[in-house]
Amino acid sequence: MLKKIFGFGKEEEVKEQEVNEEQEETTKEKPGLFKRLKDGLSKTREGFVSQIQNLFSLYSSIDDELYEDLEEILIQADVGVHTTMKLVDQLKTEVKERKIKEPEELIEIFQKQLCQLLSQDVEQVEESDQPTILMVVGVNGVGKTTTIGKIAQRAKNAEKDVLLAAGDTFRAAAIDQLTAWSNRVGTEVIAHQEGADSAAVAYDAVQAAKSRATDLLIVDTAGRLHTQANLMEELKKIKRVIVREAEGIKVEVLLVLDATTGQNAISQAKLFNQEVDVDGIALTKLDGTAKGGVVIAIMDELGIPIKLIGVGEDLEDLQDFEPETFINALFEQ
Amino acid sequence: MIFEGLAEKLQSTFDKLKGKGKLSSKDVKTALREVKLALLEADVNFKVVKNLINKIEERAVGQEVLDSLTPAQQVIKIVNEELTDLMGGTQSKINFGAKSPTVIMVVGLQGAGKTTTVGKLAKRFRKKGKDPLLVAADIYRPAAIKQLQVLGERIEQPVFSMGDKQNPVDIAKAAISNAKSNGNDIVIIDTAGRLHIDEDLMNELEDIKGAVTPHEILLVVDSMTGQDAVNVAENFDQKLGIDGVVLTKLDGDARGGAALSISSVTGRPIKFVGMGEKLDALEPFHPDRMASRILGMGDVLSLIEKAEEQIDAEKAKELEEKLRKEEFTLEDFLDQMNQVRNMGSLEEILNMIPGVGKQLKGLNMDEGQLDRIEAIISSMTIEERRNPEIINGSRRRRIANGSGTTVQDVNQLLKQFKQTKQMMKQMGDLQKGNMGGLKGKMKFPFF
Ligand SMILES: Nc1nc2c(ncn2[C@@H]2O[C@H](COP(=O)(O)OP(=O)(O)OP(=O)(O)O)[C@@H](O)[C@H]2O)c(=O)[nH]1
Ligand SMILES: [Mg+2]
Repeated sequence: MLKKIFGFGKEEEVKEQEVNEEQEETTKEKPGLFKRLKDGLSKTREGFVSQIQNLFSLYSSIDDELYEDLEEILIQADVGVHTTMKLVDQLKTEVKERKIKEPEELIEIFQKQLCQLLSQDVEQVEESDQPTILMVVGVNGVGKTTTIGKIAQRAKNAEKDVLLAAGDTFRAAAIDQLTAWSNRVGTEVIAHQEGADSAAVAYDAVQAAKSRATDLLIVDTAGRLHTQANLMEELKKIKRVIVREAEGIKVEVLLVLDATTGQNAISQAKLFNQEVDVDGIALTKLDGTAKGGVVIAIMDELGIPIKLIGVGEDLEDLQDFEPETFINALFEQ
Repeated sequence: MIFEGLAEKLQSTFDKLKGKGKLSSKDVKTALREVKLALLEADVNFKVVKNLINKIEERAVGQEVLDSLTPAQQVIKIVNEELTDLMGGTQSKINFGAKSPTVIMVVGLQGAGKTTTVGKLAKRFRKKGKDPLLVAADIYRPAAIKQLQVLGERIEQPVFSMGDKQNPVDIAKAAISNAKSNGNDIVIIDTAGRLHIDEDLMNELEDIKGAVTPHEILLVVDSMTGQDAVNVAENFDQKLGIDGVVLTKLDGDARGGAALSISSVTGRPIKFVGMGEKLDALEPFHPDRMASRILGMGDVLSLIEKAEEQIDAEKAKELEEKLRKEEFTLEDFLDQMNQVRNMGSLEEILNMIPGVGKQLKGLNMDEGQLDRIEAIISSMTIEERRNPEIINGSRRRRIANGSGTTVQDVNQLLKQFKQTKQMMKQMGDLQKGNMGGLKGKMKFPFF
């Protein structure tokens, strides 16, 4: 919100107090669960359980209607028909086998199933004790550049040396955008001209990272639709150059998905994964009313872990992905 | 994707019921379930789907559908009509003001594609002899102003900016005066992306609207948007009263169900679609094509129509006979090829087949090859066409010379023909010789 009201720069400090007041006011008006989470409203494991149970306390027994309601909720959260039916069928089988009678028990089982599906051990880049090169990919406008700024900030907070590479040489003013973030965070950025070869930018950046012994190099890439064969080829080439020049330094690919996206996100994940082997997903824009349920389908089909969630446009609006909170939010209406 | 071949699915659902004689309303319901699933897979909002299916069901269980010879096609037609209708039926245009300048305000979520759309609109207007002024009112996203300025340079249209320290309402107001004094007949305001639930920023839009009374407020929506599209559209429309929608990133493989959700909740027309990152990749919206795309069935309807026009039922029957007797010759091959070619260019036809169009995009369909085939067959004697086995080495050379092709080309055609014959035999067996009677029983896809 800070920048919304006053823009960046020196003014910020002066107006800090006012800003805080403003921010508190804004918070009340925002129903997004993650935003509230971020603003420190209470949300515990207990909250997670009761939310869903409340929803199903209307039912005295397990019947078709309950299952239908469950399906409806999941579909409306963008989980998708296919995965929804699969999950609910699994649930039905288990309920039958274990002779479950109480709706509450059923819900518990369901939560556990989802949690299991979504839980994976992940290591965040700033936690790693070895140097890492992170290549950030995704379709247009999902929040790649912003997420890079936020990750850089997290790494900075963890006292890592961070370097950014302006690999989006295509979109108008993309380089300026990343440079603006690097100024905010206080990191350097390796950039060429607009229209330059992005693999060459990546090459230079990896050399710079090696000679400076940087802890974390983050490479921005231009947004591209996963169906554009030539652009996906270009992306492959960028990764090839990075891996070759990295000489053993760990290289990770982060796919950024927009929570507002529906079933197409599956296609995005599939094709990006096919071309550049995605190691993790950042799910952005969860501060809105979209639930991002499609990542459940992606997890189920591709097993790519969700690592981070974006909950706003400011530097600190990036959180670790927590399955329980996420599942709870699916059921929030 | 799972529901790619919706038309095929419906057809086979109905085919199974053929034995029963007439269709019951329950049969139609079963089929409509497939439609429902297809709509949901395409990201049409759940509630919108529910309403729509009820509406379609009312029409589809009517007597004339159930009694018709082609219930599957009838149902598809009804579904298509309803979808098309919902999305505005015919194409709508931008509102122009009586007095210059016409003010257009572009709004939407973050990352929807507003700035690019502003550039595309401006380019379009410029081509029509207008002189638009682009206004940089996104003071929040880093380098957003610069982005618009770069686009303005590219299309050689002026960009109005007051930096990122001024209030967007003041910027908008100043831009109008600027346009008036410089004689710009259109003003396009690029606003910052914002969440529909962000009160402060939604109020800001309302204030801009109040200050400059735009003739047209366009909501830009990413065609990949999921279930949340209804919330987004509803909020923006309630707050501002939008006049139209621009659907972006349709050059990907999104089914674009959001289009339907938005039309359904706002009743506002979709005016343009973005088909690429280039500044001329903005096209007027076609509700009928969108309907087919959402259902994942390509442009099957036009394909049926074209096939019905071009394919001679008598000839089809003859062909069926030949297939059964394994008498299919190169002559028939040529004949068939010409019938298909009459339907349009190969690329056009392939694009109409569900699932095929996208995959073949970028692949160069070689019309020249078809010409070569025609030339080769024409250079054969009648005997050779009916009995390709007799075509030996010297005949091949003669045919190649006569048709201006190479022996390799001739070899390839003969091989292809052999394969086709085998394939057709298999298909014929499969359908028990049902290639003919195309009118009553269209197969999807049918070649
Ligand atoms: N509300 C919200 N907005 C976000 C979030 N992450 C990014 N954005 C906004 O989304 C818009 C697009 O973000 P970018 O970072 O430019 O996206 P990108 O993927 O780099 O875009 P291209 O490089 O153009 O493909 C910007 O307005 C960001 O402020 C988020 O978590 N929540
Ligand atoms: Mg970017």
